[in-house]
Amino acid sequence: MSLTVFALTGAALVGLGVYGLLALPHLLRRIMCFNLIGSGLFLFFGAAGARGAAVDAIPQALIITGIVVALSASALAVGLVVALARRTGHAALPDEDRAP
Amino acid sequence: MSLALDLALCALILGVALATVAGGGVFRAVIFFITYGLFLAIGWARLGAFDVALAEAAIGAGLTGVLLLAAHARLRRMQAGDAPPPAGLNLPAALAGAGMALALGWAWFALPVPATPDIASALPRSGVGNPVTAVLLNFRAWDTLLESIVLLAALLGVWILARDGDWNAPLGPRYHALSGGVLVNFGRFLPPIGLCFGVYLVWAGADYIGGAFQGGTVLAAVGLVALMANVVRPPRVSYALLRAAVVIGPAVFLLAGLLAAGFGAGFLTLPPALAKSVILVIEAALTISIAVTLALLVIGPPDDAGRSS
Repeated sequence: MSLTVFALTGAALVGLGVYGLLALPHLLRRIMCFNLIGSGLFLFFGAAGARGAAVDAIPQALIITGIVVALSASALAVGLVVALARRTGHAALPDEDRAP
Repeated sequence: MSLALDLALCALILGVALATVAGGGVFRAVIFFITYGLFLAIGWARLGAFDVALAEAAIGAGLTGVLLLAAHARLRRMQAGDAPPPAGLNLPAALAGAGMALALGWAWFALPVPATPDIASALPRSGVGNPVTAVLLNFRAWDTLLESIVLLAALLGVWILARDGDWNAPLGPRYHALSGGVLVNFGRFLPPIGLCFGVYLVWAGADYIGGAFQGGTVLAAVGLVALMANVVRPPRVSYALLRAAVVIGPAVFLLAGLLAAGFGAGFLTLPPALAKSVILVIEAALTISIAVTLALLVIGPPDDAGRSS
């Protein structure tokens, strides 16, 4: 029962992350939302891996790998956002409707 | 009782995540995001995945938090720290998010329970006692090797963002620490403890909770605290020792894999008799690379402008 609670929490986190990734203009917030999607999926996956008799080590190892890769991707994304802000003075992408 | 605890914990996780997405102000969102990572780590502990809990607390909340806080401070100096939040609910995005969540929720009930692979019987052949370490460094070593290369690639990507004129400048922005303040005292007090704890996590990770990633992250945090307190001077891209530290992990890992292939066991297939010692050597090299690479990823590219301003 607890596993279902964690899995559905993971699913809701992915939904929240997708919403934020699409709706929020500030790029730093989008990076956080990208991380919400990732950690929500990890939670879903981890709960699925704990359904057997014992906690499965393979999902755990894959999730640890995933957490480290998510940090590397976030660091690169943060670097790109800072470079964009240095060039344009904004940390948000231009509005598509108003772009020439 | 435990179900009530899990329900409350999940409600907290979702509430803090909602505040990250919907709360006003980027700075506040970052703070909520760090809190979210810590609650999530407790969730992992509740699921019995203690290795993941450590990784989430150290990397997901800790290092990502430092990265985001530092980025926000730099953006604020460029007057780009905040953007006006969108007015009202973005309906298409809300539909996409809700659809994604519902599809995953449906999948949970539709998916069959998988048969758990029998790791316990294969564990004695792996050379270590912690099944997660066995998977990371023996049974699925291929994933971990590629991951260490991903870390390296990300660091190169971050460094490439430096402007040409800054290339030889010290890495990262200049940190201000009040002499005699809390940060400087912590910068002198925490590193010895963190150093012992990080090395312990790597060593114990062979048989108990811990491992190269968790230990390496603690060591990276030690380096960051010392850097931010100005106890050690920031390195430069050109330091040979720094470059060696960044590549030694993947290099030793790759070499071990090739040697195994050379002896006829197949690439990255460790012979059971040697597995323990080979894993220890790989883990030691990997820890150095992970610690240095993670710390360098968080402090960012060489930035001379960030220093003078």
